[in-house]
This record gives sequence, C-alpha cells and structure tokens, in this order.
Amino acid sequence: MTAPATPDAVPRPVPVGAPFDPGAAAARATDAILRDTLGAAHRGVVVDSPPGAGKSTLVVRAARELAAAGRPLMVVAQTNAQVDDLVARLAEKEPELPVGRLHSNDPDPYDRALDELPNVRKSAKAAELAGLDVVISTAAKWAHVQGVEPWRHAIVDEAYQMRSDALLAVAGLFERALFVGDPGQLDPFSVVGADQWAGLSYDPSASAVSTLLAHNPGLPQHRLPVSWRLPASAAPLVSAAFYPYTPFRSGTDHGDRRLTFRVASDGSGPDRVLDEAAESGWGLLELPARRTPRTDPEAVRAVALVVRRLLDRGGAAVSERAPGAVPVTADRIAVGTAHRDQVAAVRAALAELGVAGVAVDTANRLQGREFDVTVMLHPLSGRPDATAFHLETGRLCVLASRHRHACVVVCRAGVAELLDEHPSTEPVQLGVTVKFPDGWEAMQSTWERWSNHRVSWRP
Amino acid sequence: MSLISTLARLEAMASGQAGPLATVRHRRISDRPLVLVPLTTAGEAGAPLGALVGTDRDAPRLLTVAQPRDRDLRFTFLAELAEAVLPYLDAYADVVEPAERSETDPETGKRVKAEVELCVDAPQIIVPSRPGIDFVRLLGRSMRFRRTAEEDPDTPYPAPPRVPLLGRWLTHYGERARVPGSSLLLAATDLLNRHWATGQSSLEDQHLGALLAWIDPPGELSGAEAASRAEVERDRGGQLVCPPAGPATDPAFDNKLLAPAVERYDRARQELAAAEDGPDADERLARLTAAERDIRALLHGVMRPAWDAVWHGLDLLRELPEGARVEERWTRDRWSFTGHRDRVRAGEPPQPRRDDAVTAAQKLATRETAQAQLDAAEALDDPLVLAGRRLSGEAFVGEVTEVVMAYSESKRPSPRPLVTVRTDDRPYLGERTKVFRSLDGRPQSAEFVRYENAPDGDDGEDGERVLVLRLTDRMGRAKEPAPGSVPDKGDRIAWTLFEHDQRGGPKLPDPEEAPWTHGGPPGTAGAEGTAAPAHAPDPVTEEDFL
Amino acid sequence: MRGNAFEAKVKADGGTELLQLLAERLGGEAPPPAPGEVSVPDLSAAGPEGRTARTALALREATESGGWALLDHPLLALDVAGSPAYLEPDAVVVRPDGRWTVVEIKSFPMIDGSADAAKVGAAARQAAVYVLALERVAGRTPGAEVGDRVLLVCPKDFSNLPTASVVDIRKQLSVTRRQLTRLTRVEDIASALPEGTTFDVTRCSGAELTSAVEAVPAAYAPECLSACELSFHCRDRARESGAVEALGRSVRGELGALTTVTAVLSAAHGDTGDPGDPAVMALRRAAALRAEALAGSGAPPGAGALVGADAPAGAGAPERGVG
Repeated sequence: MTAPATPDAVPRPVPVGAPFDPGAAAARATDAILRDTLGAAHRGVVVDSPPGAGKSTLVVRAARELAAAGRPLMVVAQTNAQVDDLVARLAEKEPELPVGRLHSNDPDPYDRALDELPNVRKSAKAAELAGLDVVISTAAKWAHVQGVEPWRHAIVDEAYQMRSDALLAVAGLFERALFVGDPGQLDPFSVVGADQWAGLSYDPSASAVSTLLAHNPGLPQHRLPVSWRLPASAAPLVSAAFYPYTPFRSGTDHGDRRLTFRVASDGSGPDRVLDEAAESGWGLLELPARRTPRTDPEAVRAVALVVRRLLDRGGAAVSERAPGAVPVTADRIAVGTAHRDQVAAVRAALAELGVAGVAVDTANRLQGREFDVTVMLHPLSGRPDATAFHLETGRLCVLASRHRHACVVVCRAGVAELLDEHPSTEPVQLGVTVKFPDGWEAMQSTWERWSNHRVSWRP
Repeated sequence: MSLISTLARLEAMASGQAGPLATVRHRRISDRPLVLVPLTTAGEAGAPLGALVGTDRDAPRLLTVAQPRDRDLRFTFLAELAEAVLPYLDAYADVVEPAERSETDPETGKRVKAEVELCVDAPQIIVPSRPGIDFVRLLGRSMRFRRTAEEDPDTPYPAPPRVPLLGRWLTHYGERARVPGSSLLLAATDLLNRHWATGQSSLEDQHLGALLAWIDPPGELSGAEAASRAEVERDRGGQLVCPPAGPATDPAFDNKLLAPAVERYDRARQELAAAEDGPDADERLARLTAAERDIRALLHGVMRPAWDAVWHGLDLLRELPEGARVEERWTRDRWSFTGHRDRVRAGEPPQPRRDDAVTAAQKLATRETAQAQLDAAEALDDPLVLAGRRLSGEAFVGEVTEVVMAYSESKRPSPRPLVTVRTDDRPYLGERTKVFRSLDGRPQSAEFVRYENAPDGDDGEDGERVLVLRLTDRMGRAKEPAPGSVPDKGDRIAWTLFEHDQRGGPKLPDPEEAPWTHGGPPGTAGAEGTAAPAHAPDPVTEEDFL
Repeated sequence: MRGNAFEAKVKADGGTELLQLLAERLGGEAPPPAPGEVSVPDLSAAGPEGRTARTALALREATESGGWALLDHPLLALDVAGSPAYLEPDAVVVRPDGRWTVVEIKSFPMIDGSADAAKVGAAARQAAVYVLALERVAGRTPGAEVGDRVLLVCPKDFSNLPTASVVDIRKQLSVTRRQLTRLTRVEDIASALPEGTTFDVTRCSGAELTSAVEAVPAAYAPECLSACELSFHCRDRARESGAVEALGRSVRGELGALTTVTAVLSAAHGDTGDPGDPAVMALRRAAALRAEALAGSGAPPGAGALVGADAPAGAGAPERGVG
C-alpha cells in the first residue's frame, strides 16, 4: 500500500548538523497539504498520517480553511464515533461555523452531547442540511444520499480503513477531495472471498486509497512526518516495524516526558515491569510458556494487576503539555486485546480488583484513540498457532501505538519459537501493490525489541 | 473452526464414524440434477481429458479426448459436452410462471413493478469436488470467447457451433457458485462437509472417497479404516482402488496406464494416415478404433467411482429434511438462472474477461448480503447451527418467566412490554443491544434492558442468568398488542443478536457513470481494458492447451 | 514435458523475447536490446563450486561491460543453517545499468492477468532465496545491484505465448533473511540424533532406514500431505499419539493446554479437567449445547427443531412450547 512517496511529499532533508525541528517539519508538511487542497491543480490529495501525527487537527483545519474560502464541503468518516468526534472538534475550534450532522434513522444515531452545540444542525435528510458550510456523516450514510447537488469539496477521513466499493458509492457526491488516513492500521476486509478481483485497480475489497492512486497516479501524496503522541522511546520502533518505507519521528525528545510513581516498587512482576516501562517506554511482562485458551486466566489477571498497581502507585506523567506532573488516572489508561472475549475477561478481572473507568477494547475499537499508558495482551500470548488474523500487522500496530508515555506488553514466553513454527507462506496475487511490512517479520522484530525490556514473572 | 465443530470432529475421531454438523439440509438438491465428473490432463494446465456427465445415475455419458494435445479432438469433446449439457439447461428455460420485479423506468427514473417471467425450477449441476468447480469456470472462460465459423468465417480454428454458448452458461454457473448459499453449481464434497464432521482434517475431507467412507463406511469397516483404504489402497498393478475424483488424475495412472495407451493411439493414427490400400487401411482403422476404445475404458474406469460416489452422497443428503429457508434461497437461484436466460436470448455479448468497477462492487455487495442471510437462515433453521451461535454469544435460548406490560413515552403510547427471560447462555449483551426472535417466520425485535441477577461482564461463572428485554415492534397499531405477538410465561424462545433479514447495500452508479476515483466510465483514459475490445477472442497458437 | 518446452521457447533466439518482456514490464532507462545485442555467456564448468565461480565471473564481466546479458541457469551458493546450498534460478538478466534481475519461468498460466496465488507465492519465496544468494555476489562486484522485483514469466491464457508480471518480493526477502538467521545449524540437529543414525538410502537397509526415521520426532500438520512424501508416516504417528493437530492446526486454537483427543473429550464430558480453565469451561458448554441440539432434533440425522421448525414468512406456527 505504502507506495514510494512522490518527491514533493518527502519531508525536506534537514541540513547536516542542524537539529531536527519537529514543529517546523510538521508545519511545512501541513502548509504543503493545504496549498494543494485549496489550489486547483489536483482533484485529489492524499495524506498518510502515522499514529498521533495530528490527523484530526489537519482535518479540522482543512475544513475550516475550505469553509473560510467560501467552499462548502462534505466530510466522510467511517464510524459514527469518528463523525461525532469531528463535529465536536470543529465546534470547539470554531463555534460559529454552521455544521450539519447527517445521521441514520436508527435509535440514538448520534452522540447526545452534540445537542448542546448551538450551530450544529442534525438531520437524517441531506436536503435539510443543504447550504451549511460543513456537512459530516459516515460513508455508509453518505452512500444512500441521492438527488442532491454535488459538493465541490470533500474530506475523506480514515481513508485507508474505507473500502474501495464504499468510495465508489459516494464519489459521485463530490468533485474533488482530500483523503487522510493511517496506512499502518487495520485494513478493510470482506467476509466473503474477493480474490477474483485481486490485482484489479478497482478491487472492491481493497482500500479506497489504493484504488484512487491506481487510477490517479499523479495525485500529490503527502505525509505527516511527526508523531506528537508517541514518545521518543516508541516512535523509532513503531516507524521501523510498521512504516519501514515511510519513516516518521516523534515530536518530543528523550527526557521530554517522564512517568513517575509516588509509591516505590514492591518487587512484584507488575511493579517491576511498570518501573521498566516508566524508565524505557516499553515493558514486557513475560509469563511462563504455556499453551492457553484466548482468555488465559493468568495472563488476564496479570494485565489487570498491572493496571491496578499503576493506579495504586500513584503514577504521574510529566510532558510538554503541562508544566507539572499530571496524575495518570483510569481514563488515561487503556488495555488492548485481539479478541472480544479477552476484552470481557479483562473487564471482569478489573472489576474484581475494583478498577473502573479504564478503556478495555479490541484493536479495532482502539483505533484513533490516545492514552498515557497502555497495557497490551500480546496477540500471540499462549497461542498454539499463529494464524493470519494474529499476524496482521495493523492489529499489532494499533496496540503498540496508542500511548504517550509507556506501553506494557503482557505475554507468555515462546513467541519467537511459535513464529518459527509458522513460517510466512502467504499467497501472492499478481498486480496487487504490496502492503508493508510482512506480519510475521513485524512480529519477530517487535518481539526482539521488547525482549530487551523483559520482566519474567511467575504469578 | 468453531469449538462445536471441533468437538464434533474429535468425537468422530474417537468413535471412528462421522457425526452430524446439521440437523436439516441447508442446500437444495434438485430432483433431477446433472452430475459432471471432469478430468484434466496432467502437465497440460487444464486441457480436458474426459468426463462423465448426465442425469441418469445408471447411464452416464462418457466423453473422452484420446490425445489432449489435438485441438480437433478437444473441440469434439467440447461439442459433445455442449450436446450433453445444453438440452438439460434448455429443458428448464421455458417452464415459467409470471412474477414481478421492480425496475427503474428508463423515462421517469422511478421504481416500477414489471411483469416478468420466472422459471419455475432451475437446472442444477453437481461436480465431485471444489477443484471441479474451478474447472467448470476454466472451461467457461476458455469457451465463451471462441468464434464459430458462422460468426467469423476467417477464424483460423473455428469452434463447434454451440461451444461458445456452453462457455457462457458454465461461466454463469461458476460465478453463481461464489454466492454463499446458492445451489446452482455445487461440489459433492462441500455438500457433505457442510452436514457431517469427520475424524480427519478439512484438507483430507476434500477427498470424496475418504469423506464418504467416514460418513457411510461399507461393510463392517469403521469410517476411519474405510477412509484410510480409500486414500491409499492400490491394486496389484499399483493403481488406486479409489481414484481421485478429479479433475486431476493419479500420477501412477497417468504413467503406467494412460501414457502407453495414448502412445498406442498416436501410433495407430500415424499408421492409418500412412496407409495406402483399402484392406490395409481397414485393418489400421480397426487398430485405431481399438486404441481409442482402450482409452475410453481406462478413463471410464477412473471416473466411474467418483460418479457413483457423487450419487451416493446425494442419497445421503436427501435423507435430511430440507431447511425451511432453503426454498427462499433457491428462488434467488431461479432468478439467477432466468436472468441469464434472458441475457442470452436478448443477444447480449458474453461476460467480459474482468468485471468493471461497478459490477465488481455490486457482486461483492450481493455476496456479503447473501452470506449474512445464509448465516442467519441456517441458525434459524437448525438448532445445531444455532448452538454454535449460542456458544459464541450471538444468540441465547431461554424461558420466559414474566411479562409486564409497558408503553412508550409518546403522544400515542405504543405497547413496549418487558419480557423477563431465564437462560443458561452467555450472550454479549450491552445497553440497548438489539435482539430478534422469529415470529411466524419473520423477525420481531427487542432491546436488552438489564440483568436481574448477574453482575456486569462476569463471564466466568456457570449457571443461569435472568435478563429483561423490551419488545419493540410487530405488535400491531392498537394500544393492546395483537394476539400472539407477545410471548407468554413459560415460552421457550430463541433470541439472536444478529438480524434475520439483510438490507441491500446502497445504490451504486451505473457503469457508464463510474466516478473519477475509479477510472471514470469504461473506455475513458483512466479505465482499464481499453486496449482490446472486451469480447475479442483469445490469441490462438499451434500449441494451445484448451 | 510442456514446462521445459515453454522455458526453451521463452529463452530462444538469445533471449530476445524474454528481454523484450523484461524491458516492457520493468521499465527503466535503457531501451530493450536489439536482437544480437544480448550476450549469453557459457556457464558450464566442473562441479558446483566450478559452476558458481563461473557464474560469479560471468556476472562481473557482464556488469563491467555495461551491456545486456542473459545468464541461463546460473548456479549460486548460499549458506543455509551452516552448510552451503546450491541454487539454480531459471535465468538472471544483467542490464546495462548494472542491475541484476531474477527471472522465474513457470508453466502455470496467467489467465487475464492473474494466476494461482499459491503458486505465485511459492515462486516469490523461491526467488527471494535467489536474490539473497545473488546479493552475496553483488557485494563483491563493483557497480552491481540486485533488483527486489523479479520477473515471473508464464504462458498467456490458453496459449504457449509467454507473458510476464513483475513480482515485488521485498516482503519475502525480509522474511527469508530473518528465517536464515534463525535456522538451527545442521550440526546441532545432527548431534541431537542417536550415534550412527543415517538416512542414506544407498548405505542402509529398509529396516535401518525405518528405525532411523522413527528416531526423529515428527511434527505433523495436514498441510504436510501435499508437500512431503513422509507425511503419511508422520500422520500415523500423530494419530497414534492422539494429537489434536491431526485434525489441523486451527483446531488447537481454543483447546488451550489440552493436546490429545482423549484429554479434550474427557474434559468436555466432565470426567477430567480443571473446571476453572476457560478452555475446559468452553468445551463443556459446547458439549452440552451440541447434545441439547441433537437431542431436540430426535437424534442424528433427524427432523424437527427447537426453533428451526418454523417456516419463513407466514407459513407455520410461532415457535413455543419447546422441549
């Protein structure tokens, strides 16, 4: 997917010896994107945004500038939560801006918090929102809109998670568009076979961006070069493992962020791995090798204990955002897993330990979210086999890139050996642009790195 | 594989006998299916070698290609195949009933009802295994762009008259087979594997002989023993007693029996061509005929077991009662057959080599809808399938312990009764999760209100749950719910978290209006396939294999 | 066979047609060579070492010459698990800019631009090994660079006309590189065997060979059946030991620490197993649900159903009063 970027999209080389100025690099990229978006030269502009690189900020800014230039626009996002989030952000930045929230006919179609915003109009009919500066909805809802005058402009958010056929259904609604998304996250998929179209430029099951670029290879492709979320300890690993051909950097440097505890370690595994993670940004809590079901009770309990101890020890985060230390409260912590039954098990274990308010979800549902500290139940922990599902790079990438300070990985020993037993033997479809990297290789390389931060623990 | 099917397989392994994966039959089996057992030539990438075809299990029609590299012989084979298959298809084309279909009026652009014909039944083709379906597709692809001498007098290798038409039909059937739950073209192995779990892996289940042995072993043997024999047992000549069900053949057969026979045939043909006088030629002709007869006998010998196995499998499947919703899916198959009949009759060109953007998206949407419909219908038709969904938290069965009348908070209050259900299942219910039950064959929806006894997210404990649902529809317009629309205390009801019906996807643009993101309309600069006309014949060379 | 004839046809006339395809598909600055402009060096030499040396020399000369060269069946060496392996790609093309491209010629067809994905995948993994071996040679050859895109040549549609597709093998390269570093060395594997074990069919009897094979642990999965002649042996061993893997790797996913058929079934039926183990709990629920469904349907295979008896849309009675 990640095609080699066109020359104008590569961040300009920094003169040798000059310190990297992330703010300036990001600003240059944003300026170039807005120039291409507001200019008339191209029907489309594509922006690759690695985790936490300011994608939402860019979308909001582009929407405001287009509106300010007198060009009403439609915004396409993929989920209702994303739509509501964008509406709220727009209203926060520019409360006067008339915004339309197009929604479905289902019960509770949008976040009730939007009712508080005076300039946001909500409707299930596109015609009732005509004339507003910005109209926002999901791709699924837009696909049913008919008989309206096409918009001159559109912004398509999370475009890499949108399927080509979904773009086909809405592309008639706009003349030109800005496509923004993260190529490293989970790909769209289909529950039925779509192999017969593999290699076609418009393969309906491929991502919207791959179809767009296959048909319009001359479109400018930009990249946001700086992750403001990931700390200096995490960006190099995430960039190398999941974005090997489109590297990015962290906006902060080593030492800019600190995670401290009020209470000293009690020497237990969870405490030691928290210390390791606070120190280095990563911690691997390794339980003895064992083949387990997905809801491995020991691993689930270990995850819950790490969270419990993080709260009990009074974790506090220092960052460029605030001068003093900010307590790491439950709402700043997330637990990520591969499967839904693991989510249920972790929630139950946390409830048992009296922990509430921590986000516990699968990778799919954590996409696009940000926390101070994350705890990940490794997708291969205790597994007897490594299936394509578990080797999907996007899943691991999401789990490893949600944190601002530290990420703790909980896993059974033996991942490298398990991977050795399941060599990558993927079929190859002719004509399909290769999406990097290989899941097997990404699993190996991240594991190798996390092994340097290993705390072995027998619960 | 779901844990319930894994368990079924393990039980089969322990008992040596296949066990049920379904309590009803989830596919239509026609009263008069056409069975087709095709073979290909090893090393010739799909060149046909022979086939058994027909609707009479006792009298299959044997088609063979004595020398697969000979284009004329291949064409003869395809012409004979057309002769065997097309009359079977034609027999269904004219038995029709009137039906309604909503169409877009080309002038007003409005949706209108149109009176159309619908074939009352559809022809069904059964092949032994999944590679057989791929081969049907390959045959369809190789034939539909052929030109007959009538269509193009200059074509260097004209195809026999009905061959391109057969190609179009096989292509249609091959495409239809990709639609989940369709029954126009089926593989016997898929049918059997859907309904029984064997004690071997799903890869080994692709061997029709071994699969049948697990399900219905002959004589005193256990399924496991019979399957193992079917896989490996060879006669004294080193030939498999149960040859593969094709289209690929066993190498021992190719090398030891077939290759020498084809050689004898080639030699006899050369000798006949070189013959000079009458008596000599007669004798050589007799030798050629004998050589051809030998090949036919050999091929018949390796295809007949698969032929019989397919019919045997159909017998077993027919013993299962048909699922209640199978008829509905079969009706869609009838529409599919009728639609293609209409396109052929209207003189439309053959299906293009590759779908355009809009067609591809439409097909994908159709198949995704069909998959969701199938998943729901199978679970509703079959408690054993439902058990799998219950295990995965997508459905629950419970007894109604209390019904409390309640009403919606609107100007005209509608009934919204609260139904308390006791269940041992573990559904994934969250606040206002929608659930559905089948009421007179149609869905009635409710929403989850609360648990009466269990804490949130506690998944570990065994034992029962008591939960409250609020019924939200299908109770009529009056203030009092319509009779029978609200469950009674003591009713045992299956609720699903998945919907029973599927809404169709959004309307896509016409192919002529494909947007710029997808290359624009066909034929424009950004679109694919502009180089060669979509229906141009394939290049032909001296040494084609198909 | 057809495969060899096809390869010969592709390489005929000094590779004119092959290089035409390569120039067309891989682009690049240089126009395709005119017939006769391609050098086809003689690579014959004695023994594998001789042939790899000859290949390396030919590659160096071709790169220095700045012209087009077609190496027909060159021989390359690569260290695999501590011992040298010799590899023979179908062809390697040297371009005037010093770039080397691996060419794989296969006999499966490309129909309407697509081919069997499993076969293309296998070809890509094979080509990745060739590229790694070539990189060793290129490292010692000034001006040389090995392409990470290879040319796959196949028959077009149903003809024996060649057509080609470029396959990007960067993924296969990164995977193969890591796999090579992780392989157990051959000596270590050998030293784990009983003293005197040999698999040399020319030196030992059938009985000796059988006992040698039995001395080695068998790691079986059903995928082996299509790839290995010993798979039936390993399958028998897996079945004898009651390993659940005999049913396929995917069955293990939900069974946790239970690895044998007996252990799984006895846990499912409540005879053994830790009731607190989620795998055991799930198995027991699965067994109960399955039994309930089968009992309700009047035993296998039977009619009637808990909820299934109702017909869709209007026909039949609502489901209630179920036993």
